[in-house]
Amino acid sequence: MTIATTDRRRIELAGIDIELALHGEGRPLLLLSSEEQLEQDLPLIADLARRHQVIVPSAPGFGRSDRPDWISNPDDIAYLYLELLDKLDLQGIAAIGFSLGGWIATEMATKNPAVFSKLALVSAYGIKFGGPYDVDIQDMWTSHPDKVAAWKWHDADKGKRDFLSMDDDALGIVARNTESFARFCWDPYMHNPKLKRRLHRIKAPTLVIWGENDGLTSPVYGKAYADLIPGARFESIAAAGHYPHIEQPDAFGKILHPFLD
Amino acid sequence: MYAWHFTEMPYPHLPPLETLSTMRVSLASKHYDPRLGADLYNRYFDEYMIADDLGLNLLLNEHHQTATCIDVAAPLSAAILARQTRKGRICILGNPIANRGDPIRIAEEMAMIDCISRGRLDVGFVRGVPYEIFAANTNPTQTVERLWEGIDLVAKAWTSTEGPFNFEGRFTHKRAINLWPRPYQTPHPAIWLTGSSDLDNIKRAAARGFVFATFLQPHAKVKWMFDGYRSAFHDTGLPGGGGTAYMPLVFTADSDAEAEAGARELTWYLDAKSEPQYRNPPGYVTVDFNVQALKGAFSGRSEAMRKQSIEFLKEQGVLIYGKPDDVAQQIKRLYDLVGGFDHLLMMQQAGYMSHERTVRSMTLFAKEVYPQILDLPRTKPLNVAAAE
Repeated sequence: MTIATTDRRRIELAGIDIELALHGEGRPLLLLSSEEQLEQDLPLIADLARRHQVIVPSAPGFGRSDRPDWISNPDDIAYLYLELLDKLDLQGIAAIGFSLGGWIATEMATKNPAVFSKLALVSAYGIKFGGPYDVDIQDMWTSHPDKVAAWKWHDADKGKRDFLSMDDDALGIVARNTESFARFCWDPYMHNPKLKRRLHRIKAPTLVIWGENDGLTSPVYGKAYADLIPGARFESIAAAGHYPHIEQPDAFGKILHPFLD
Repeated sequence: MYAWHFTEMPYPHLPPLETLSTMRVSLASKHYDPRLGADLYNRYFDEYMIADDLGLNLLLNEHHQTATCIDVAAPLSAAILARQTRKGRICILGNPIANRGDPIRIAEEMAMIDCISRGRLDVGFVRGVPYEIFAANTNPTQTVERLWEGIDLVAKAWTSTEGPFNFEGRFTHKRAINLWPRPYQTPHPAIWLTGSSDLDNIKRAAARGFVFATFLQPHAKVKWMFDGYRSAFHDTGLPGGGGTAYMPLVFTADSDAEAEAGARELTWYLDAKSEPQYRNPPGYVTVDFNVQALKGAFSGRSEAMRKQSIEFLKEQGVLIYGKPDDVAQQIKRLYDLVGGFDHLLMMQQAGYMSHERTVRSMTLFAKEVYPQILDLPRTKPLNVAAAE
């Protein structure tokens, strides 16, 4: 499946040089990638681009976007993306965010409740529900890589990436994404302590999608997340880990597309 | 040439290493017996005091959550030695300033130890090895920035003698910094910095007149780093006058057989195990290094020395062992190979090495080797103009 048109450009936001891809035509849809940016080459993008203009920015330090020192967490990135929509003269559009991208989309919706008409969150980070001794989100940085893969994927083989077949440019992006994810989410680990108290401000109809086998952020966590967003609907997908859109694309599409239409 | 005695203060009494996945970060403390630990602490301090009597200088470091090093607070150890020794210089190498988070507290501790020791303190700073990130929970992508902001603030605090000043930086905010006591030495103790690959950092240390130290690296890489240092050295008038320092494992013995036995005991340190996630936390090294890591060509800086034969380590200058004249010859060879250096930092104890064996080795070194290398000329900065 090919995308009809892709417009790749760069845009300056708060003085930062940001890369931006615009796929297809139609009602605008902001798509915020996961920390690994695995969404970029998925058939899902082409699928969405048949009905939407899919707007895919790379966050500072991800892909080929610059990363100045003053950007320190997803809260900063959310303000950048609000500025992006101002510059594109877009308000009240649909948005979907995956993992870290879901956290950023949530931050945006709490800061400006009018910015989204619909909001789909997939395996989003950003909240801590438990007490100091509780592990809400498994620690992917102090844990053995094999364990992290088992948490992330229902079928860990799907998560294997062939780095030896990639050129230095592509590997550089993998390394930048890994580094920037840690830069922004190390401490507090994978959450903004304030965000839980702001979720009630979200006005857009919200769909929260979770893999039933997500070991990083469990479906219990996902359900608790949805419960704090007024009117949000929670859907889980069987035989899927942290990236249900990659492991079960058909089941994922059947939930997502009717919501966006 | 200044020679320094060093032990990491290991706790070696562990279950068989093949049954452990790691000796660092996550090894359960049930494997630590406080009674054995008490004996070890007192024994290691005894050895530092013997080293002081023998005319050696005293080097300390700290690590956290690891059986390889139970000195978890080098300032505490330095304070003990400041009071209990009389002659040797005491160097902390170093204060993990990026991980500790309060540079002013470090400045205070160092000033106090400098006064107790009557000016025998050298103050090292380290960025902290990768696995230290986890005990401190420091963001691994910004330890270099934290290091430099901290060092510059410590130096400013030591030398500001006219009352409080304000500092609102990236990582530290204090609005009334006014150090009591101030250091014994003027303008302040010699500053040391460690490094293993980042040439920009090395040149930055050289341009500030700091001593640059590196550990357990092949001699060709040491030369590359020391050349970088010498090309950018600037004499800023600090005590000690800058210079370079290298740490090999060193064992001096009465016979070749005893030398080899001692050398094998020292390599315990090189065989310390850790799980892969602790060796290269995200963003600890540059994107270019991590591109190489993704291709399998870079697996952490200490991995290159693991599982090597003692002959290989000897050839590389990482492990120096033999009878006194052999040890002196190996040090002179290393000195020539790396273009000269000023401080020989000797890890003379590691793992299970006994008190008796350690003391015999350091005594032979002090009496029969040190005189042979003492007068090796101090290395000179190669290109002062380049740093100006």
